[in-house]
Amino acid sequence: MISLSSYAFVSMILFSIGVIGVIARRNVFIIYMSIELMLNGITLFLVTFARYHFNLDAQVITVLVIAIAAAEAAIFLSVIILLYRSKKSLDTDIFTTLTQGENS
Amino acid sequence: MNTPLLVWIILAPLIGAIVNAGFYFYHIKKESISDKVFSIIGTITPLIAFLITLCLFLQMREEGVVFTQTLFTWLSIGNLNIEMKLLGDNLAIFMSMFVTFVGWLIHIYAIGYMKGDNGFGKFFAYFNLFLASMLILVLADNPIILFIGWEGVGVCSYLLIAFYYSDKENVIAGNKAFIANRVGDFGFLLGVVTLFFAIGADSLSFSTIEANINNASTELLMLAGFLLFVGAMGKSAQIPLYVWLPDAMAGPTPISALIHAATMVTAGVYMVARFHFLYSGIEDIGTFIAYIGAFSALLAAIIATRQQDIKKILAYSTMSQLGYMFIGVGLGFYSSGLFHVFTHAFFKAMLFMGAGGIIIALHHEQNIFKIAQHRAQLPIIHFTFLVGVIAIAGIPPFSGFFSKDAILAAAFQDGEYLIWGIGMFTAFLTAFYMFRLYFIVFIAPSKHVAQYVYTSKTITIPLLILSIGAIGAGFLNFPAIFGGSAFVDTWLSQLNSQKIHLAHSTEYILMAASILVAVAGIVVAYKKYAKFDIYNPENEEGIIANKFYVDEFYDKVFVQTSKKVSTFIDKVVDDKIIDGFIMTVCNEFVSFGKKVATIQNANVRFYAAFMLVGMSCIFVYLYISLGL
Repeated sequence: MISLSSYAFVSMILFSIGVIGVIARRNVFIIYMSIELMLNGITLFLVTFARYHFNLDAQVITVLVIAIAAAEAAIFLSVIILLYRSKKSLDTDIFTTLTQGENS
Repeated sequence: MNTPLLVWIILAPLIGAIVNAGFYFYHIKKESISDKVFSIIGTITPLIAFLITLCLFLQMREEGVVFTQTLFTWLSIGNLNIEMKLLGDNLAIFMSMFVTFVGWLIHIYAIGYMKGDNGFGKFFAYFNLFLASMLILVLADNPIILFIGWEGVGVCSYLLIAFYYSDKENVIAGNKAFIANRVGDFGFLLGVVTLFFAIGADSLSFSTIEANINNASTELLMLAGFLLFVGAMGKSAQIPLYVWLPDAMAGPTPISALIHAATMVTAGVYMVARFHFLYSGIEDIGTFIAYIGAFSALLAAIIATRQQDIKKILAYSTMSQLGYMFIGVGLGFYSSGLFHVFTHAFFKAMLFMGAGGIIIALHHEQNIFKIAQHRAQLPIIHFTFLVGVIAIAGIPPFSGFFSKDAILAAAFQDGEYLIWGIGMFTAFLTAFYMFRLYFIVFIAPSKHVAQYVYTSKTITIPLLILSIGAIGAGFLNFPAIFGGSAFVDTWLSQLNSQKIHLAHSTEYILMAASILVAVAGIVVAYKKYAKFDIYNPENEEGIIANKFYVDEFYDKVFVQTSKKVSTFIDKVVDDKIIDGFIMTVCNEFVSFGKKVATIQNANVRFYAAFMLVGMSCIFVYLYISLGL
């Protein structure tokens, strides 16, 4: 039997890898995948606790998260394509045009 | 007696000004309007004002009533109640009679003078406004309304002197007139305020002031009288605020005629006469006014003897004649002073208009020696100019003699022999410099004489009408010792605190003396200038030709000093102290803001990291504070 803390540890590692990926990487796709990783870390955590307490409420939220992540993926990918078309690059550091400041 | 007509004396030229201004805007923006339209509106409206005044005058003479018209309550503060009210008493109607009449003739003259000018419509709009302002001043029932007109003529004189605004010199002259007048106006305003506190009444109308004048302390009244007179010094160009008057010649000649004959410069004399109850109550201030007048008359006459610009000579002669008027009103002989205003309006308007005719004929040449070198045949102008010169020199029976002599006799009777002496000497100088002008311009031998020069009828007809006035106006106040009725004296008798009651023999001697000095002046001028070599003009050096360096003195003392003070305030107080403090505070805020702004660099990854740090902080805080 794998202990609860092991599940929690894995999901924390997944989440942290996701956070580091978002902060450290410049490629938009990698950032996107890192976000997915964070989501997965959280959902794993939720599912673990659901099993632990014999309660299915968290399963519902997990399914919801997966559905929303799918919808988000659709929008995110199209936004990335538009950004790529306008800048010919996937580097997030040059996607600064949406700010109101003068450094766009 | 209440009459609705009074306001129309003012409204007629005012409406003319507004309509002309409107048409002029249309003229420059859309399509051009013929000069005829402007000139018809511009000349009919003063005529209407004159006709209304004439009707009121006739009624007044018939029934002996005083006209008033209350328009509305203007100010009502606490107990103080200032009404927009017009007063048409003997003095006001007398003034507005010749202001409108002479003003009307000058308007007609201006049609000919300004012909073909680009700003024709604008000129007539200003001109009507000038007349309307003067009429507000004359018909005002309280000093506050008087002040509206007082400022109005100041503004209009500025607009008109600087009429050819593309020329820098004209604009400077306009500014000078305006600023010199502002100095006076400030005095006037302070005077009104002093008067208000001195009498402590709940209304400021002239009748209220007169009724409550005994409540006030003599010192305050004296101060008020002096301050009001400072205003008159500015408007009527007396020492020390006269310097704007000769420079005001920069404007077109009709303006000079209007300013000098009918409107602006007479305002000061009128104002003193309006406050006759104040000035005759305090003898000292009246004497002071008379002395200022006498010295102004003398100074201006001395300067005039060496000027070469035809209009400047006339300007200085105006200042000199205004000095006489102030002698008259200062000594309490208001009717004599105002009678001189009246006669002066005719001959000075005529002289200016004659000078304008010559200037036009000679393509804007104003130096008398150059005018003489290219003499034009202008018989009507020659005739009227001669009439004007004789009138101002004081040869009977021309009008100038009677009014000037009345003032001199008054000074003699009052025992002010110094003023009388100055007046006599000035009369000599007046005859001398006016005939110097006449002999050089019309008589001295010249080689180039143009046979025929066109002059417009609108120029010559007003001149002829005015020449009748210049000759005959004196008979309106024909002295009683010649069996005259002294109409003006009777008409304005309620103003006078004094009456001439010299022995007849003394009066005859005084008259003979003043005729004698006038003739002496003419003879000296004849000897010196009738055969003067105009190709070898007088040099322009010397203290008199340079107007005693008063302008330079004012420039050094007032202008340069205030410039230095202003520069000091600008460079040190403003730039260093005030700006230094304020800008330091501002710059601190700005630089702090800039530091904050560097965070907002629109970098997604940076934002994410920042969010993480923030969330971590919150979690740590929650962890510690909740003890989880």
